[in-house]
Amino acid sequence: MFCVLCALIFLFLIGPILVIIPLSFNAEPYFTFSEKMLSLDPDGYSLRWYQEFFTSDEWMRSIKNSIIVAVCATVLATVLGTLAALGLSSRFMPFRNTIMAILISPMIVPLIISAAAMFFFFSKLGLTQTYLGVILAHTALGIPFVVITVTATLSGFDHSLTRAAHSLGASPSRTFFRIILPLVTPGVVSGALFAFITSFDEVVVVLFIAGPAQTTIPIQMWSGIREEISPTILAVATLLVLVSILLLTTLELIRRRNERLRGLTPS
Amino acid sequence: MSDSSAPATSGSAAHDPNGAPGAALTTADGVPLKQSLNRAIRRSRIKALLLVAPLLVFIGLAFVMPIFDMLSRSVDNPEVSTYLPRTSEVLVDWDGEGLPEEAAYAALAQDLAAGLKARNLGRVASRLNYEKSGMRSLFMKSARRAGRMEAPYKAALIKADEDWEDPDIWRLIKRESSPLTASYYLAAVDRQFSPTGEIVEKPEYLQIHVSLFIRTFWMSAAITGLCLLLAYPVAWLLATLPASRGNLLMILVLLPFWTSLLVRTTTWIAILQQQGVLNDMLVGVGILAEEARIQMIYNKTGTIIAMTHILLPFMILPLYSVMKTIPPSYMHAARSLGAGPITAFRRVYFPQTLPGIGAGSILVFILSIGYYITPALVGGQSGRFITNFIAYHMQTSLNWGLAAAIGSILLVVVSGSGIGCSACCAR
Repeated sequence: MFCVLCALIFLFLIGPILVIIPLSFNAEPYFTFSEKMLSLDPDGYSLRWYQEFFTSDEWMRSIKNSIIVAVCATVLATVLGTLAALGLSSRFMPFRNTIMAILISPMIVPLIISAAAMFFFFSKLGLTQTYLGVILAHTALGIPFVVITVTATLSGFDHSLTRAAHSLGASPSRTFFRIILPLVTPGVVSGALFAFITSFDEVVVVLFIAGPAQTTIPIQMWSGIREEISPTILAVATLLVLVSILLLTTLELIRRRNERLRGLTPS
Repeated sequence: MSDSSAPATSGSAAHDPNGAPGAALTTADGVPLKQSLNRAIRRSRIKALLLVAPLLVFIGLAFVMPIFDMLSRSVDNPEVSTYLPRTSEVLVDWDGEGLPEEAAYAALAQDLAAGLKARNLGRVASRLNYEKSGMRSLFMKSARRAGRMEAPYKAALIKADEDWEDPDIWRLIKRESSPLTASYYLAAVDRQFSPTGEIVEKPEYLQIHVSLFIRTFWMSAAITGLCLLLAYPVAWLLATLPASRGNLLMILVLLPFWTSLLVRTTTWIAILQQQGVLNDMLVGVGILAEEARIQMIYNKTGTIIAMTHILLPFMILPLYSVMKTIPPSYMHAARSLGAGPITAFRRVYFPQTLPGIGAGSILVFILSIGYYITPALVGGQSGRFITNFIAYHMQTSLNWGLAAAIGSILLVVVSGSGIGCSACCAR
C-alpha cells in the first residue's frame, strides 16, 4: 500500500518529463498521442519538429544568445565568486555572516522582485535591451551558487597543506596553482555549472531587461507557449531535458571524484 | 593560506639571541611579538577583505542598489513638484479651504504653458491621472489654451474647463506636490485618498490587488500543504532505503529539479489541456464522454498542479536531509518498549522531522508567493498571482510606482517569513 503510494508520487514527479519525449516525435501538429503513435506505427513518428527547430533562424539566434549570455555570466560569476569564497573562508574575515547574507541575497529575493528592481535601475543607466545588462543581471543571480559551493568545498579544506607548501619553499602563487586550485577545482566547477544553468534557464529577468535582439531560448519558449503553441516547443523541451541529464551526470561525477580525492587526503 | 607568517615570526622570536629574559618577546628585528602578530592578523584581514571586495562591489551595484532604488521609487513623487514648480510653491500657503487665490491660477497657467512647450507636461498629467481619472485630459486641454490666456487667470482657466472650479482638484495637486507619497502603497492595497485627504477604500469595481494578495497566499499555502503531503512519504522512503537503491530513486527527484522550469510548465500544458494526454486517456478508457472533457488548465487547478510538481523537490530535499540523520534505532526502541507503529511515529519519529518540515514548508511557501512564470502561463484568469500584476504594471499600465510598491510589499512579506522561520528554527 505504502509502496503503491510512493510509486504514484514518483510517477507524478517523473511522468510529465517522460511523456513529452515521445510526444516531441509526433508527426501531427498536436500535443497528444495520435492513434498511429499508440499502435507504434512508424508513420506516426517523425523528426519534423526537430528539423523545424534546427532550421529556424529565430531558434538558432536564441540559442546563440543564450550561450553568449550564459558563458559570460558564468565566467564573471565564477571568477568573482571564487575570489570572494577564498576571502570568506579565511579565519580573519571580519563581518563574515553579514557579507555572506548580502552575497546570497539574489537567491532569496523572489525573481520577479529582482527583475523589477533591476529593470527600474538598469533603465536609468541605459542598460536595458543590451547584452551587458542581461549578462550583469545573470551574473548577480549566479553568484550565490558559486559562493555557496566554493565556500562549502573550502570549509573541508586542510590548511596545513598550504603551510606545508610554504615551508617547503613554494611561493604563494605556486602554492595557489599547485595545491589550492587542484583541490578546490571540483567545487568551482560545480559552482560554475550551477551558475550556467541558472542563466541558461532564467526567464523572468530576461523578460524585462532584454530587448528583441537578446531573445534567449527560455524567452523564445515563453512566447511560443503564449502565442502559437507548436510541438517544436516539445522538441526543444526534450533537448533541454537531455542537457539537464548531462549536467546532473557531470555534477555526480565531480562529486564522486571529489569524495575520492578527499578520501586520499588525510585530514 | 596566509596565516603562515605569524607562526614563522613567533618561532624566530623564541630563538632571538637579543631578547633578554623577562623582557617582552620580540621578533628577530626587535619588534614586540604581540605587535608583530597583530600586524600579521591585520594583514590577513585586509587580504581577506580585498578578496571579497570586488564581488561585494558588484552585488552592491547590480543587485542591492536596484532593490533600494525600487523601495525608494515606491514612495518617490517628483512629478508635480518638478513639472509644476510655480503652482506647487504657491499652493504651499493655501489652506485647502474653498478655491485658491488668483496667484495659484496664474502660476498654473504659466506652468501649463511651459510644460507644453518643454513636452514634459504629459508626465505630470499621467501621474495625477493615477489618482483621479480625467486629470490627463483636463491638463492637456487647458495647457493648449494656457499660452493665450490673460489675467485674470482664474476666470480664464475656469472658462477653459469648469473643473478648475472644483476645490478637490486643487487639493489633489497640493497633496501630490510633496516629494514623497503614500498613494502607491494605498493603491497597492486598494485604498486611496478621499478629496479631503482621508484614506478610504476604492470603489468596488476598482478593487483588484487585495483579493489577489489573498489568493496568492491561500494558493501558496495549498501548494505548500500538497507538497508536504506528497514529499513526506517519498523522503522517508529515500532516507530509509539502502544507499544504492536510494540513490537510484534520488535521480527521479533530482531530474525534475534540474529540468528547466519552462519545460516542466510546457509538459503540464501538454498533459492537462482539453485536447491533451490526460483527457484523451480518460475518454479512451471510457471514464469521460467525448464532450465532457475537463478543463484542468488555465485555471486554479492548473496552477496548483503545475506548481506542486515544480516545487515538490524543494520540499523533499530538506525533509530527506533531516530524516537521514534520525537513527532507525529510535523507532526500534520505541516499538520494543511497547508503542504501536502509529504511536511510535507520532511520538518519536515525527517530532524529529519538524525542522525539516519547517525548512521545506517555508522554502516552498516563499518560492511560491514569488512565482511568476507558471501562474502566468497556466493560470488563466482565475489562477493568477499578485506577481502577474507587478509585471502588468511594469509592462502594460506603465505605472512603475505601483509596481514598485507591490514588489516592496511582497519583499517585506518574503523576508519577514524567512527571518521569522530561521529564528524559529534556531531556537
